[in-house]
Amino acid sequence: MLKRVHFGPSWLPYALVLPQVAITLVFFLWPAGQSIYQSFLIQDPFGLSTEFVFLENYEMLLDDELYYDTFGRTFFFSIFVASFSLGIALLLAAMADNIIKGSVTYRTMLIWPYAVAPAIAGALWVFMFDPTLGVITHFLDRFGWDWNHKLNGGEAMALVIMAATWKQISYNFLFFLAAMQSIPKSLIEAAAIDGASPSRRFWSIIFPLITPTTFFLLVVNLVYAFFETFGIIHVVTGGGPAKSTEILVYKAYNDGFIGLDLGSSAAQSTILMAMVVIITVIQFRFIERRVDYQ
Amino acid sequence: MIESRPIATMIAHAILLLGVAIIAFPVWITFVAATHDAMRVTQVPFPLLPSDQLLVNLKATLFATQDSSLDLPIGLMMLNSLVMALTIALGKISISLLSAFAIVYFRFPFRMFFFWMIFITLMLPVEVRILPTYEVVASLNMLNSYWGLTIPLIASATATFLFRQTFLTIPDELLEAARMDGAGPMRFFFDILLPMSRTSIAALFVILFIFGWNQYLWPLLITTDESMYTIVMGIKNLLETAEGDPQWHIIMTTALLAMLPPILIVLLMQKLFVTGLIEAEK
Amino acid sequence: MNSQLKAYLILCFFVLMPINAAYAKTKISWWHAMGAENGERVNKIARDFNNSQDQYEVEPSYKGNYTDTMTASIAAFRAKKQPHIVQVFEVGTATMMAAKGAVYPLEEVMAAANEPFDKSVYLPAVISYYQTPTGQLLSMPFNSSTPVLWYNKDAFKGAGIESPPTTWKEMHQTAKALRKSGMSCGFTFGWQSWTMIENYSAWHNQSIGTKENGFAGFDTELAFNTKPLKKRIKAIADSQKNREFVYGGREDSSLPMFTNAECGMWISSSANTAALDSQADFDYGRTFLPLDTDVADTAQNSIIGGATLWIMKGHKDDAYKGVAKFMTYLSRADVQAWWHQSTGYVPITLEAEQVSRAQGYYEKHPGADIAIKQLNLNKPTINSKGLRFGNMVQIRTVINEELELVWGGRKSASDALDNAVIRGNKLLRRFERANSR
Repeated sequence: MLKRVHFGPSWLPYALVLPQVAITLVFFLWPAGQSIYQSFLIQDPFGLSTEFVFLENYEMLLDDELYYDTFGRTFFFSIFVASFSLGIALLLAAMADNIIKGSVTYRTMLIWPYAVAPAIAGALWVFMFDPTLGVITHFLDRFGWDWNHKLNGGEAMALVIMAATWKQISYNFLFFLAAMQSIPKSLIEAAAIDGASPSRRFWSIIFPLITPTTFFLLVVNLVYAFFETFGIIHVVTGGGPAKSTEILVYKAYNDGFIGLDLGSSAAQSTILMAMVVIITVIQFRFIERRVDYQ
Repeated sequence: MIESRPIATMIAHAILLLGVAIIAFPVWITFVAATHDAMRVTQVPFPLLPSDQLLVNLKATLFATQDSSLDLPIGLMMLNSLVMALTIALGKISISLLSAFAIVYFRFPFRMFFFWMIFITLMLPVEVRILPTYEVVASLNMLNSYWGLTIPLIASATATFLFRQTFLTIPDELLEAARMDGAGPMRFFFDILLPMSRTSIAALFVILFIFGWNQYLWPLLITTDESMYTIVMGIKNLLETAEGDPQWHIIMTTALLAMLPPILIVLLMQKLFVTGLIEAEK
Repeated sequence: MNSQLKAYLILCFFVLMPINAAYAKTKISWWHAMGAENGERVNKIARDFNNSQDQYEVEPSYKGNYTDTMTASIAAFRAKKQPHIVQVFEVGTATMMAAKGAVYPLEEVMAAANEPFDKSVYLPAVISYYQTPTGQLLSMPFNSSTPVLWYNKDAFKGAGIESPPTTWKEMHQTAKALRKSGMSCGFTFGWQSWTMIENYSAWHNQSIGTKENGFAGFDTELAFNTKPLKKRIKAIADSQKNREFVYGGREDSSLPMFTNAECGMWISSSANTAALDSQADFDYGRTFLPLDTDVADTAQNSIIGGATLWIMKGHKDDAYKGVAKFMTYLSRADVQAWWHQSTGYVPITLEAEQVSRAQGYYEKHPGADIAIKQLNLNKPTINSKGLRFGNMVQIRTVINEELELVWGGRKSASDALDNAVIRGNKLLRRFERANSR
């Protein structure tokens, strides 16, 4: 739709999408379909006792006041994670794009954190923020800040936002930088000759040219915040204290993978998926209009 | 060359240094912990400076010594992770390049249907739909195989979406010119599209390689054969001591070693970044 | 593709070697959750068993932590690829026993294989957790521990405290004395649902749910919102003001508070010896859990935590003969004594304890028998033989959440326990429903 010119009709495009569509069908849509079917069942984990209950799993969720609180928390968390990780990465990429000396070192150091094995991420956050052991809590203590995310829900939320943001900054940085680096330098030089300041050059030339990447990252980061943060929450706070860091995907993971209530977990996943599909469609409908592809 | 503004450059360096200090701090913690003995990191305050135990820890990690009864085949696990990471990265990139090419450059019935069908795979991580996915893999007899380890993880829309974005920025004139030269779609794809998407491919390769390298839960379910265990499973094995005593020096040294191949990939890809730059300047 | 092929070939080499060596033996797969050194010990047990006879080959596989291992086995069962033996944590007991078509009760396996099996040799409080109301043992206890009171002997000396507290009243007095001597906290505990609700109830012979704590049927209801427990939780919460008690987080994350001498006392698993030996640079002691003298005059017995080995259905009879032989091997006094002494878990047989005593283990490690004494204090009653609630993992999360509201000063102990019971009962009804057909 967005390209004015296309290749003529033939069987070729079908062959090109075939591998991905085939894998998607077999390893995604099939299991996802089963997962939706599961959401209409109450079943023991082994699958030995099955009762078809239609919408009862959904009704149970929607009758639960605590579940509604989780929505608010999820939006709060996701918006912060997506905007911090995009904002900080954009700033760092813009700076790294401008620099010649030491640029390889900076890039490597900023991408490196992405390679930290998720398995030890939990231990690293303990070493930094544990009220007893943490090196950062010790530092805060000197300023009279008695950090304790094990009891203080606000601090716990701040901690999981930090942890989830940290994990994504390297990712965003890499793509922002790649986009900036592929802008022809001649364009920027021309602006420099006209006397435009670096910040002006950034907002009037570079930023519009990287909007396709920014749009990509916006969608991907929201999806990340909504869906892929359960692992880091699990190791950092386990959803606590009380329920202060329990977001939708963490609850779905905890009820399903840990608690083995497959029906409820499947219903939660379906609700979550429907919600994010809607958000994504809105993004494509309204935000993509502002993306400058040429 | 753009004019030099010393103050702007200094500010840029300052911001980057601060960014590195904050963002790479956990990496530093890993390094510091790998240079101390087992006990030090569990004592208050946590050390901020490295000690001199790195070589001792490396030796203890790589070669089972008499005092440590742990002998994980680290080399073999790294090899498994490498196979997994490369297969996932290359597989995803190839199939996504093709599908994005079809979706952007062709007009055909069900185009948007295919796009959204692929796109929706963004919306559920493997862990949430893990039981049904496992059943599919088991019924296809792919347990304990590299195919079972990798192919289900290749189904993801991120790469297709990124290439769609990249292709959309490529000027239409190039396609018109190619058609005037009588180039077919695949010629256009290989001669123009691929070289022009180089930086995106390089960036994506880094991300996907690390994604594949760090897989834990999926390999844990799919493999029962210890010879197929990945390095992150090894780290997890060291870490999950239940009521035992985690050997932090070994864990952190292993974690440090496990970061090396991804970093090597980052460094190699920097070259592609730079070449991409020169091409664009021509 | 080429590099992958090469790697594949190298791997095939590694994979095929052990298969050739073990040709013609019946294989028994054992999925477990023991990482690091305990994982090596699991491998040693399997190796020693394999060398002790030439018909069967036990192959242990590490499958992540307890939840990973359980989910992996369930996924495998649904795809008909289940292992013979799987290690499941104690809170998964109700889920496993409800899956009658999936698990093969231990005693039936032993009987079908004509393997002699005498239940009386096992520690009653260890096996009672895994028995049916009629006494049939469903799974083989493997790694078990029980909460004890750990204390910092050096800190006690510094504060002029002569002996560790035996009652909750003394517990608070001792905590006060520790605070006076300059410690930053008196006591803390790990695994709060296990130590403060489940074990508190058993220790005082109070029930925590109807139907014999769930043993007699899935239509059980939680009932731990009792006056004594509410009073106890409130007293602990109140003592936070003076930092006599400081909350240290879920599971075992309070460990560093004890090992770094912030808190002088810590209620947590008896199996923490390895971590304490290496991380605490002070002399530590361990003793019985404190008694609430308002509730009971004497202590009953504590209950265990840890994991057992479940046998799964769907394999050939011949393999189950091997499984039965392996279970017998595992119960041998020398194997159990070694396991007990090297891991810090309690032995499952009385004889293994006697062997350890004869070897002088308890003289060299004073206090290492506290856990056994505590479990063996009295014959388990219906309140102290354990508990069997479905969805127990989520119920523990509910208890964590509600107690955290109390420690955070956002809810009264009474409201929190009432609410935990209401929320927990919903989970029990859901479990009952899921297993009704």
